[in-house]
Amino acid sequence: MAPDLPAPFCDWFAARDWAPHAHQLALLDRADHPATLLVAPTGGGKTLAGFLPSLIEIAQNRHEGLHTLYISPLKALAADIRRNLTRPIDEMGLPIRVEDRSGDTRATAKRRQRADPPQILLTTPESLALLLSYPDAPRIFAGLSRVIVDEIHALAESKRGDQLMLCLARLQRLRPELRRVGLSATVEDPQAIARFLAPTGAAPDLLHADPGPDPDIAMLATEDPPPWAGGGGRYAIPAILDQVRRHRTTLIFHNTRAQAEIFFRDLWLANDDGLPIGIHHGSLARTQREKVEAAMAEGALRAVVCTGSLDLGIDWGDVDLVIQVGAPKNVKRLVQRIGRANHRYNAPSKALLVPANRFEVVECRAALEAVRAHDLDGDPRGPGPRDVLCQHILMAACSAPFAADDLFAEVTQAAPYATLSRADFDACLDFVATGGYALRAYDRWQRLMQRDGLWQLRDPRAAQRIRMNLGTIVDSELVKVRLRGRGGAALGEIEEAFAATLSPGDTFLIGGEIVRYEGLREMTVEVSRDRGREPKIAVFSGTKFATSTQLSARILTMFGRTDWPDLPAHTRDWLATQRRLSRLPEPGRLLVESFPHEGREHLCIYGFAGRNAMQTLGLLLTRRMEEEGLAPLGFVSTDYAVLIWGLDPAPDPAALFDPARLRDGFETWLAGNAVMKRTFRSVAQIAGLIERNLPGLRKTGRQATFSTDILYDTLARHDPDHLLMQITREEAMRGLVDFGRIEEMLARTGGRIDSLRLARVTPLAAPLLLEAGRIPVEGLGRERLAAQEAAALMAAAGLAAPAATA
Amino acid sequence: MSDHPLTFFGAALAARPSGALWWASERLLAVSDLHLGKSERMARRGGPLLPPYEGTDTLLRLDSEIAALAPRTVICLGDSFDDAEARLTEDEALWLARLMAGRRWIWIAGNHDPAPMETGGEHHAEWRAGALTFRHEPIAGATGEVAGHYHPKARLAGRSRPCFLVDAARIVMPAFGTYTGGLSCTAPDLRALMGDGALAVLTGPQALAVPLAAL
Repeated sequence: MAPDLPAPFCDWFAARDWAPHAHQLALLDRADHPATLLVAPTGGGKTLAGFLPSLIEIAQNRHEGLHTLYISPLKALAADIRRNLTRPIDEMGLPIRVEDRSGDTRATAKRRQRADPPQILLTTPESLALLLSYPDAPRIFAGLSRVIVDEIHALAESKRGDQLMLCLARLQRLRPELRRVGLSATVEDPQAIARFLAPTGAAPDLLHADPGPDPDIAMLATEDPPPWAGGGGRYAIPAILDQVRRHRTTLIFHNTRAQAEIFFRDLWLANDDGLPIGIHHGSLARTQREKVEAAMAEGALRAVVCTGSLDLGIDWGDVDLVIQVGAPKNVKRLVQRIGRANHRYNAPSKALLVPANRFEVVECRAALEAVRAHDLDGDPRGPGPRDVLCQHILMAACSAPFAADDLFAEVTQAAPYATLSRADFDACLDFVATGGYALRAYDRWQRLMQRDGLWQLRDPRAAQRIRMNLGTIVDSELVKVRLRGRGGAALGEIEEAFAATLSPGDTFLIGGEIVRYEGLREMTVEVSRDRGREPKIAVFSGTKFATSTQLSARILTMFGRTDWPDLPAHTRDWLATQRRLSRLPEPGRLLVESFPHEGREHLCIYGFAGRNAMQTLGLLLTRRMEEEGLAPLGFVSTDYAVLIWGLDPAPDPAALFDPARLRDGFETWLAGNAVMKRTFRSVAQIAGLIERNLPGLRKTGRQATFSTDILYDTLARHDPDHLLMQITREEAMRGLVDFGRIEEMLARTGGRIDSLRLARVTPLAAPLLLEAGRIPVEGLGRERLAAQEAAALMAAAGLAAPAATA
Repeated sequence: MSDHPLTFFGAALAARPSGALWWASERLLAVSDLHLGKSERMARRGGPLLPPYEGTDTLLRLDSEIAALAPRTVICLGDSFDDAEARLTEDEALWLARLMAGRRWIWIAGNHDPAPMETGGEHHAEWRAGALTFRHEPIAGATGEVAGHYHPKARLAGRSRPCFLVDAARIVMPAFGTYTGGLSCTAPDLRALMGDGALAVLTGPQALAVPLAAL
């Protein structure tokens, strides 16, 4: 039944009445191919498929030393895989040692692993970079034959993927015969991931497992219609609880951590049957998360309210329903989430979508159609970022002196850097070696020096510090939250900026419980439990995803239909009324409505460019209106529109969209923008301009940690074209600022602007009036705010209260 | 640019938005913790190569205070140089010499620069003027003291800024240097140092006074 498998493996499958999947055998067949990508749905035996060739090779050839490196984005996944692999290895009696290695591995175990590596080592991209930074890397990897990259679709979405590919290029130089296997969930462009995995010049090889049956996916029917605006899905709680009752285990996904927290609390208030329901997200303490994971694996939980933290990995028990609360924003992620339900191959996964507001009904409908049409979305990967390259050069210097030509040849073997120019490489090397400043200040104290044609660390002791800063995951500034008292339990983390707004007595939600802020001690927020109050809401760093370009286009196409029999009646009526009173946005045109409302002039622009770009557009347009004396007072943006209010109507709204003027305003605005500083912080950390893990310095709290904003301001003033400034600009454009999608919107609508003057607010604009997150337009806003606050505090203290009438 | 006026042991002082302290009747300007040469020191020790512009930036701001006020005396309250091996670039050294020309210039010793540097001017462990004593590190129980060392910072309306701390006995000045972190004025060290009714005067676009107890 499995003729290709050697005896112990054949017997092992037979003894369990199992047959290897076709793709497992196919991958075995291609074991000699330099790089193969396997795309398989969850539950398809993907991991075993990846390891099978290794197990057979090691067993047959009695391979000594490291043979296979397995890399996954999650530490927890590595540990889980070790357990899963150990079972067949033990049962077949194979002489194979499997170990995992991550930041959590003990130092003694790490040292032993370097001296005597196991045949199979399970690790993360960061731990691999660290291993490669040691001078004995060539010895550690001397026998390496295969690399398995798990969840490669997730790694490819971030700089971790770029770093990993640079590391693989390095491994490939040490071991030219090294073969690579990538394991991926369903993605929109598997060819792109296959190219990403393969070394430059090698033909990418792609293998598709049977995708299994289409998911059973629908919109959740609720008694009440969703509200006009906002998120969270509180209105659907009775219907969701009903579904939880009718299934074994339900995952309830939310788009943000804050929403997950609020929903979890509301769900418990309505959970009259006391169904065991947990919460899981990335800001919770690891012990808290592990507790939930263990309970899930045991089948002790009926539901888990979660965020992207459960998107990847481990087989968590017997999930038979996935509920997505809030529009999925992105079809690919939705499909991957749906895959979490039912880890049995060849059974359809079951999923329900819960639109959080009226507009999201349309968006959910569009997403459903996209899933059925297998039309996934995603942005093409940009070229490998240069800050990651800078870090890689530092890492290379830690391991051994190198010639620039050799390192350039090596990094261009990594697919993301295949088109890197020599000039760009040299600029990165110059930055690492000298700082790359227009003012050549560090001649004596270069970080790297060239001796005998080889670049090396000037001060070899620096290697230790560099190693501590390897990795491309940049946390926003988080502080730990802990229950007050000796050995108080760790609850999780909150953003430092949020912690700074808290005063003793304030309450917030974390891990589903309300806690009371007691004080800040040594960078830890101390809290006590506090039942029965209305909490302030924790602001988490959870990414707010923008609705994808493809999904936005689908929504616009839906608007073009004459009727919408698939939509609930309330939403159908709403769209029909909008069409009657104004018009519906169209794919190739830009709809701009203006109307008076409650004594203010309003301008509503239906740009459909996603929330980051719409927010940027709001900032740019209000700037232009300010220049033209239109006295804008504020704006609010969503994924699909921006609503601006002010004192005067814009006489010619279409004129505001002159692309050249928008771009001009953008350049000036961008330089001083907080988003740039935030982006700079992460670029500076990855490129090695600042250090995050200096031992002992954080504790002294003084002088050591001046803010990177100061460095940004200094560079902006004295060296605005510095390499890191260039990288920062590029990234902000693509990321938080997302000017690319404004450009895309301008190109798509090509000046075809429908400017409508209306007597009152329109049906489509009305929800925006209820939207949270209004941004006031004030030139000196912050300064005025600070002055007011200072005056109030002085007055409260009875100090300097001018013109007091007492 | 609005100063915050202070009356301190009979002296009419002004806390400047720049972080400098101005004593108009004496035409005396005090700044603290310039930390010149900081980026060079970090590089020398094998650390990151920070943008080497902080000396220029610090001198630029000091220059504009001197141009605006024309002080007769300038006091640098210690930690003017980041360490004994700190070297100014030729441009910076010339610039500093130009600022020092035609006025009395007093360097107070700090923990980073305990020995005099080759810069000209006078060097003192501390320096008295009337009822005021200028020194680097505050001494518990001292009165009429103007000191630095701590780099106090305060957070207001979501932004952290360097600040003066002022009570009946002393003034702790903010760090004037560009690459200087800060110690929150709520830190136990500073709380213990400052008496009841202390004020924090925040630097920035304008000097803003806030009761320390309210922060």
